[in-house]
Amino acid sequence: MSLLLWQGGKGCNFYKLVEHYQGIEINMGNRKTKTERGWALQGENSDIILEMKNITKVFPGVVANDRVNLEVRRGEIHGLLGENGAGKTTLMSILYGLYRPDEGEIIFDGEKRVFSSPKDAIESGIGMVHQHFMLVNKMSALNNILLGYKTPGDPLLDYEWAREKIRSIIEVYGIDAELDERVINMSVGEEQRVEILKSLFRDVKLLILDEPTSVLTPIESERLFQALKRMSEKGLTVLFITHKLREALEVTDRITVLRKGRNVGTLITKRTDEKELARLMVGREIDMKIEKKRVEAGKDVLKLENVYARNDRGLMALKGISLSVREGEILGIAGVSGNGQKELEEVIIGLRPVEKGKILFNGEDITFSSVRKRTRLGISCIPENRIETGLAPSLTIEENLILRDYESFSRNGFMEFDMIEAHAEKLVEEYGIKTPSTKAPARTLSGGNIQRLIIARELSRNPLFLIASQPTRGLDIAGIDYVRRKLISLAEEGKAILLISEDLEEIVQISDRIAVIFEGEIRGIFDRENVDIDRIGLLMSGGADN
Amino acid sequence: MLESEFIASLIAASMRAGTPLLFATLGEIITERSGVLNLGLEGVMITGAMVGFYFSYVTGNPWIGILAGGFAGLLLAMVHAFFTVTLKVDQAVTGLMLVLFGLGITGFLGRGLVGEVASYLQPVKLPLLSEIPYIGTAVFSHDPLVYIGILIVPLLWFFMNKTRYGMELYAVGENPEAADTVGISVDRIRFIAVLTGGFLVGIAGAHLSLAYAKVWTDGLTAGRGWICLALVIFSGWMPQRAIFGAYLFGGLDVLSFKLQAAGLGVSYHFMRMVPYIFTILVLLFSVIREREKFGAPSALGKPYIREQKY
Ligand SMILES: Nc1ncnc2c1ncn2[C@@H]1O[C@H](COP(=O)(O)OP(=O)(O)OP(=O)(O)O)[C@@H](O)[C@H]1O
Ligand SMILES: [Mg+2]
Repeated sequence: MSLLLWQGGKGCNFYKLVEHYQGIEINMGNRKTKTERGWALQGENSDIILEMKNITKVFPGVVANDRVNLEVRRGEIHGLLGENGAGKTTLMSILYGLYRPDEGEIIFDGEKRVFSSPKDAIESGIGMVHQHFMLVNKMSALNNILLGYKTPGDPLLDYEWAREKIRSIIEVYGIDAELDERVINMSVGEEQRVEILKSLFRDVKLLILDEPTSVLTPIESERLFQALKRMSEKGLTVLFITHKLREALEVTDRITVLRKGRNVGTLITKRTDEKELARLMVGREIDMKIEKKRVEAGKDVLKLENVYARNDRGLMALKGISLSVREGEILGIAGVSGNGQKELEEVIIGLRPVEKGKILFNGEDITFSSVRKRTRLGISCIPENRIETGLAPSLTIEENLILRDYESFSRNGFMEFDMIEAHAEKLVEEYGIKTPSTKAPARTLSGGNIQRLIIARELSRNPLFLIASQPTRGLDIAGIDYVRRKLISLAEEGKAILLISEDLEEIVQISDRIAVIFEGEIRGIFDRENVDIDRIGLLMSGGADN
Repeated sequence: MLESEFIASLIAASMRAGTPLLFATLGEIITERSGVLNLGLEGVMITGAMVGFYFSYVTGNPWIGILAGGFAGLLLAMVHAFFTVTLKVDQAVTGLMLVLFGLGITGFLGRGLVGEVASYLQPVKLPLLSEIPYIGTAVFSHDPLVYIGILIVPLLWFFMNKTRYGMELYAVGENPEAADTVGISVDRIRFIAVLTGGFLVGIAGAHLSLAYAKVWTDGLTAGRGWICLALVIFSGWMPQRAIFGAYLFGGLDVLSFKLQAAGLGVSYHFMRMVPYIFTILVLLFSVIREREKFGAPSALGKPYIREQKY
């Protein structure tokens, strides 16, 4: 039935027909779930909502998208996978009207469209949640959602009407947010929900999510997936970018893989697996098994004694933290974000004043030392917020790579440009930073490559101590593998590492000891030999340890 | 008795002297709220003053003068908008250029107007209200622009806080990228904001020459444009606070004259200095308060170019 309908519709070619047929076959096997999900069996719903044909986008020196074809069905959750810099964000930005493609066309909802600004895209029913959120920090969630929207009685703002509408969206999709809270006071998870509400408020037909889960905790991710499934049940189409293969396999109906700006295949999720996806993405097999050799832990490098510190809102965020990181070990901090990790990072690097307590570095009291001094002593940091604290976006890649140690790249007060360039060339090569030139501004890098740049800078300076906060967030699988190995080899050389991560699996995989943080307190410390995942999970969520 | 009379006339004079400051401050608030800094107030204002004076002188109608002053301001603002919004040139440089241009051209073209008499805005005594002793003379016997200025404040407040346009203006000045991604045309809003701001600053100048000073001289604005830049900061980019700042500074300006007239043995030059010293104090105070982080538009002074990401 649907086959006929399809044929009766637009002109079709053999390839599409076959693919379509396969889709139906799959659906038969999963009659129940798929019917629930709203496409497939009712043939009229299984049409194509979006077709991007031959999209090409060239940035100076890089072909970000190279004749990409993408086809998305109405009501499906379509995954978009690819390595860092593969061109996923660029493709979606083109769809959303932010970038203009050099070539190619977009057919959305049955019509050929030219989106010259987000306004056009929004009006046709496309919404996008960006990799880096687009919210006005000083405005409330409600105002952010309303921004640019014409409520009845425009240009006056009808808040009651808006609240009513948002309430019904919240009811249907289960995405909640504190409407009167300013964005500046929100956690990333909450910010993301505001972003999604912003799109749903505009009655979108297609919602694009650019790496939505790379900033979420596992619980938050799970909530998001529930919401996505509900959206797809209601007939909304979702385009979902991620690096996490398991997620893609869990929530999507079909997956498109991009490699080096090209579409290397669209797969039906049910018929593929992690291995195949990884091979398509990277072009080779990745072995994610890493073993850390047990190094005899040496003396304490960093020691925190009963440290207290306040967060930006003036509340006590660290309440008497005592811990030590020893030579040759990786100490993992497990915990749900917002429990003091950010403050811990900033207290150690010297960006946040300590209220009470002491910080010792190799026996020296550095509680009140400047950032500069700490850096010189050999403290490195991969900050959680890579754009705000990790990078100067408009400086070049070269310059960003020497930010911490620019003094050693100068002679008699003059910068040694040859040296800087050679340094950059070496790191770009070694850490796989994808860029046409080391002289390009850092902001032109893709999300994952920004992270690589920071990691390259911090690891290459050969620190005695490293805080790595969410070091693999936003990296593709090859990148994750690389960074984890690098951290391990650093520790094996006798360096001390403090790893802050929400990814429990990551922590368990490479840490020698694991400390659990909850509400600004260390709730328990485990040795590698006797980790008990269940107990860690319990402590992370505030359960008592007995 | 004599004292209350003195105070009444002081209040009256503060309001009159404060009105040009108010218009210019409100104009700059609108401009800066969109994320564009216009340092050229002094130049725009003095152009408004001269053009306004000229048109009133030629037509004999002060209102035509006021409007002409406004449009002169708008034209200069258009130059600013073209450079900073369309061409994304550095905003400070363009603004400073406007100052030099405005001071220069008015000095040159206005030579023939020095010493001439135009027709000025006449005070309007509000019926009944102006009969009230003291308060009547202090508050209710001004030229219409004083009242219009007062009226604009709540209107602008309403526009900025209660309408979609106001919210868009705010968002464009805070996070143009966010505004862009919900379909707001950043450049258009900035353009309109700069033009509107320029219009108000031009009117401020015209009020100066046609109602307050009632004369054209070279350099008539005497640094008032710069003071208004400080007043914008003082007001925290909020119109309802701007009116207090403007009248306060108007008062300081007048007080120096009055005390002089009253024969206090303080040097004239010293008294003329007071408003500027005050300006410095205001700036200092604001720098300290800046830590609140909720004053200045976050994107102030930064050109917005779309194909640029972080
Ligand atoms: N504005 C820009 N100017 C110059 N080059 C750019 C720009 N935006 C993207 N690029 C380049 O285009 C390529 C693709 O970038 P894109 O952001 O689409 O990657 P991505 O697949 O989203 O990667 P990630 O997973 O790291 O976010 C990269 O090499 C990037 O450096
Ligand atoms: Mg991306």
